[in-house]
This record gives sequence, C-alpha cells and structure tokens, in this order.
Amino acid sequence: MIREPLIFEISDKGKRAFRLPKLDIKAKKALFEGLAIRDAITDFPQVSEVEVVRHFTRLSQQNYCVDLGIYPLGSCTMKYNPKVNEKVAALDGFAQSHPLAPVDMVQGNLEVIKLVEDYLGEIAGMNAFTLQPSAGAQGELTGMMLIHACHEARGNPRKIVLIPDSAHGTNPSSAHLCGYTVQEIKSNENGTVDLEDLAQRMTEDVAALMVTNPNTLGVFEYDICKIAEIVHTKGGFVYMDGANMNALTGICRPGDMGVDVIHINLHKTFSTPHGGGGPGSGPVGVKAVLEPYLPIPRVEMKDDVYVLNFDRPGSIGRVRSFHGNFLVVVKALAYMLSLGPDGIREIAEMAVLNANYIRKSLEKDFHLKYTTPTLHECVFSDKLQKDHGVSNLDIAKRLIDLGVHPPTMSFPLIVHGALMIEPTETESRRDLDMFIEAMKQIAREAKEDPGILKSAPHQSYVRRLDETTAARNPIVKWEREK
Amino acid sequence: MYPNNYHYTKDHEWVAVNGDTATVGITDYAQNHLGDVVYIELPAVGKHLDVHQTIGSIESVKAVSEVFSPVSGEVVEANIELNNSPEAVNQDPHGKGWIIRLKMKNKGDLQALMSAADYEKYLEGLEA
Repeated sequence: MIREPLIFEISDKGKRAFRLPKLDIKAKKALFEGLAIRDAITDFPQVSEVEVVRHFTRLSQQNYCVDLGIYPLGSCTMKYNPKVNEKVAALDGFAQSHPLAPVDMVQGNLEVIKLVEDYLGEIAGMNAFTLQPSAGAQGELTGMMLIHACHEARGNPRKIVLIPDSAHGTNPSSAHLCGYTVQEIKSNENGTVDLEDLAQRMTEDVAALMVTNPNTLGVFEYDICKIAEIVHTKGGFVYMDGANMNALTGICRPGDMGVDVIHINLHKTFSTPHGGGGPGSGPVGVKAVLEPYLPIPRVEMKDDVYVLNFDRPGSIGRVRSFHGNFLVVVKALAYMLSLGPDGIREIAEMAVLNANYIRKSLEKDFHLKYTTPTLHECVFSDKLQKDHGVSNLDIAKRLIDLGVHPPTMSFPLIVHGALMIEPTETESRRDLDMFIEAMKQIAREAKEDPGILKSAPHQSYVRRLDETTAARNPIVKWEREK
Repeated sequence: MYPNNYHYTKDHEWVAVNGDTATVGITDYAQNHLGDVVYIELPAVGKHLDVHQTIGSIESVKAVSEVFSPVSGEVVEANIELNNSPEAVNQDPHGKGWIIRLKMKNKGDLQALMSAADYEKYLEGLEA
C-alpha cells in the first residue's frame, strides 16, 4: 500500500485553494500596527482544495471509529454518539452564543446548565453538581480540592488518600497533584476492596478514599456501604470515580451508598464523543456538606431569572474558563431527554447484559483470573495463550485483521496480560457474535498457527509498529530536509 | 537466574549489599512483566528514603509502575546511564540495569527481605 504523504510533502509553491479578487480600493496598511503579527508564514503547506480534501479523506478512511464497528475498550465506554445530539448542539442559540454574553441574553443556556446539574444529581444521588471540569481527570482533581478545602476549613487538611489497586489509573495522580500522599489498598481474592486492609490504614490522617465502583475489573464493590462507614467514622470522605457509571444508571445511586463526591464522564456514560472526536466533560457532584466549596460561578434562579452567583466565599474558585465544555453538556442533555428515565435505566441493563454475554461466550477460550460476577466489562488474560507463546499484544493485533478494534490491554495491573472488554449497550447481538467469533478464531490460531498471531496485523494500512522505539525516541516534529 | 547474594522484595526489587552501600534494581520477573522499559525517573542524589518509600517511577510500553526502596538510607548515586539506555533494565536487570545506590541507615532492614531461594518460591506461588 502507498504511504499517505504528510501534507507538507505534497506542498508546491504557489498552489492555493482559492484566490481573492484584486483589491479595488486603497489598501490600509497600518491597521494592525503594534500588534504581534508575523510578517510572513514560512513552511505553511501550499496545496489546492481538492488535494486537502483527498488527503484528509484518505486519512479518515485509514482510521477506525465507533461509526464503523464495535470499539470494546474496557473502562473507556466507547458507546455510539447519537446524531441527534450533534443536531441539538449545533442550534444557533447554543453554538453561536458567547460565553461572556449578558445573562439575560442566554437564559436558555443557563437553564441547560441547571437542568443537567439537577438531572445528574438525581441520577447519582448527590445534592449539587458543577459542570466546569473539562474531563474525568480534571473532575478528580476538582473533587480532591473540594475535600481538601473542607478538611482545611475544619482545621486539618490531612495528608493521605487511600486508593484500591483496582482503581482507575488517573486516581493516584489526581490525589498527588492535590498534594496528598497516596497509599494503595490491596484487592482481596474477589477483586474487591480488602476491608481489613482498609480499616487498618484508615486513620485521622486520611483525607479520603478514592474508589472506582464498579471497579476496573467490572466488579461491584458489594461492601460499599461498609467501606463508606469505615471511612466516615474517622472523618474521611468517600470519593467515587464515576467513570463506570454506565453500569449503574437508573439502577442504584452512589449518593445512597455513602459516596460524598463523584465525577461523571459525559463523554462515556452520556454518549458525547470521545477520544479524538471531541472534548470531554467531567462534572463533579457533592453532598451538601461540600457544596459551599464548589467552583464559581454557580447558576442560580433568582426572581424567576437565571443568574450567575460569584459571591461564594468558601469556593475553591474557577477550575476552568467560562462554563466548561458547554456544547458537550448540551449533547449530554439531548441524550438524557431522548432516553427518559426508563431509557437511562436500560443503558445499564443492556451494557451489563452485553458484557456478560461476551464473558460467558469466551470463558472457555480465555482465562478469567477473577471469577466474581461482573457488570459492564470483563477482564480476560492471555494466560491460556501464553503456553503457545502468544501474548495479549498478539491477540490485540490480530483483532485488527478481523475488523475489530482491540480491547484495552495490560490494565488493570492486577491481571497480568489483561484484555479488558467493554462492549457497551450500543452493540447488537449480531455485532457481539462477530466479536466473539473473532476472539474464538484467535484462540484456535494460538494453538494451531501461533505464527499468524505473532506477525499480525497483516491486513492493516501499517503493520506492527515499533512501540518501544517510538516511546524511547519520539520524533514529534516534522522538518523539511535541508 | 536470581543471584544468591542479593535480597528480594515482594514488589520485585532486589538489593545487593557491599559494606553499608546498597545497590537497588528491579528483578528479571519485574522487567519481564513490564515489557520494554522506555523511561526511568531517578531520584536526586542526597535524597533520604524510608523503607517502602517511592524511589521513582518506571515506564514501559505497557504501564507506569513505582519502584519502592527496600531499605532506608541516603541516595549516593543514581544510574544516569539509564537516561540514555533504559533497555539496560530489560537486558541486564540484575547488573547494568541497577537503579540507585543508597548509603544504608539501618542494616536491620535487610532482615525483612527474601533470599533468592525464597523469592523463587514466592514467584512460583504467583504463577499458580
């Protein structure tokens, strides 16, 4: 196959997409005098319109996306992004409004913010939400800052945050960024939090426990109420990473389980584009005790009009310019309203059913380290294939040949050679069967013809990439040969 | 495979003792599970480490993991060769792939560690 050149490489001097007619009035020269404007642009690609269109269309065709097929990245919740969301977010009143417009001109937009805060509060069982954080990890940091502010107001910000080894990978860094020391809680043989280990580590130096529920194994923390009690008894807070809310929506509410702070990923659970498709959004919900510390401004109703309240002395301040990724919030609202309460419950029911259908169908072909029942995802490993010299990397690469995006690999770390599969509720029985058949074929090939796996992918635009060299010596900038 | 005169931790670090200097690295088992190592974050010389305190992080194509200090003491040398050739951790984990040297504060720390034979037995338990 021919390598698609970089756009710089197809540049020819003087080519351009369109030409403006010659000026028929006198040019005004010094219009921008004194401003930092460069005199000339060097090395900007010079290409015609058709070349630009073909270049990017060809690149897009080499890509895989959720509009093409199953995208079973565990923990990522790569669900389909309904087109109606885009249509609603593109309405002029949303897309063309300015974030600094006077509030009386954007009452509808403020209503969207208030509605989404209230709906998320209802779904998660929390008293108040902020929509400012740009994505999950920023939501985690915001949540940690709220906890820090509350402890500080009580006279002692505390030093430690406890995190189970089955938590999301970003949790430790968020706690660390907030100035906390992280201590790890071991999983027990069921893959859930070891209560004894927790009770032992839970002291009055511990600010919070950060728990992912269901955790990265897809296992629901059945003892979550006991866990919360242990943490609360010593004056700590329970932070829940809500990245896996897709397994719970409409079924149960973290707020009812003793969770004090939660972040929710609109780009996972609420179907807004994910990855390269669009910015994220990581709203944070809190119980009433933490509400005074939420970021400003807050959208409030005063005399039947929505206003922005900046006057909140306890607030941690802004965590993001303006109102967060507002159009992402609009898309999430479109999703919630198009599904309604029953539909929101059905998300979780179907997501759990689909994941368990895959788990049951593949449990004889791939090893399951933890056999505890799982919800919306399941974690297999390459243990059975290792005997034939085949690793999870080989399995993932071969899936590309079979037209499927590979699952999340080598995470969580408590399962060696992990293959973490989350189909989401998006997939039909037919598409799930196609994925299962691909995985079964790979299990057969591992026994009969491992070589085909070791050298996969064979059908893709590029073959196996040298990830090690790419990580050790990254070349991140193209330079024209002199 | 595992040098007899080294001491080992459950987190797969090793310690080689020479007088009151301890050299610390990660075991062959650890490098094998990490896969190709691409970056090692080294501590500053002079830093004091307690038992089980984080020495730094080690990044492979698969994951980022922390390396914990098996003994307490002061960092007297960090293997800066690893900045240019992190692959030494994969190629020679018990030799050229060493990570730091510590001036030990308490030789008694070694008593909590495993011998090569015990460590190999421990690994068998993990593989089961």
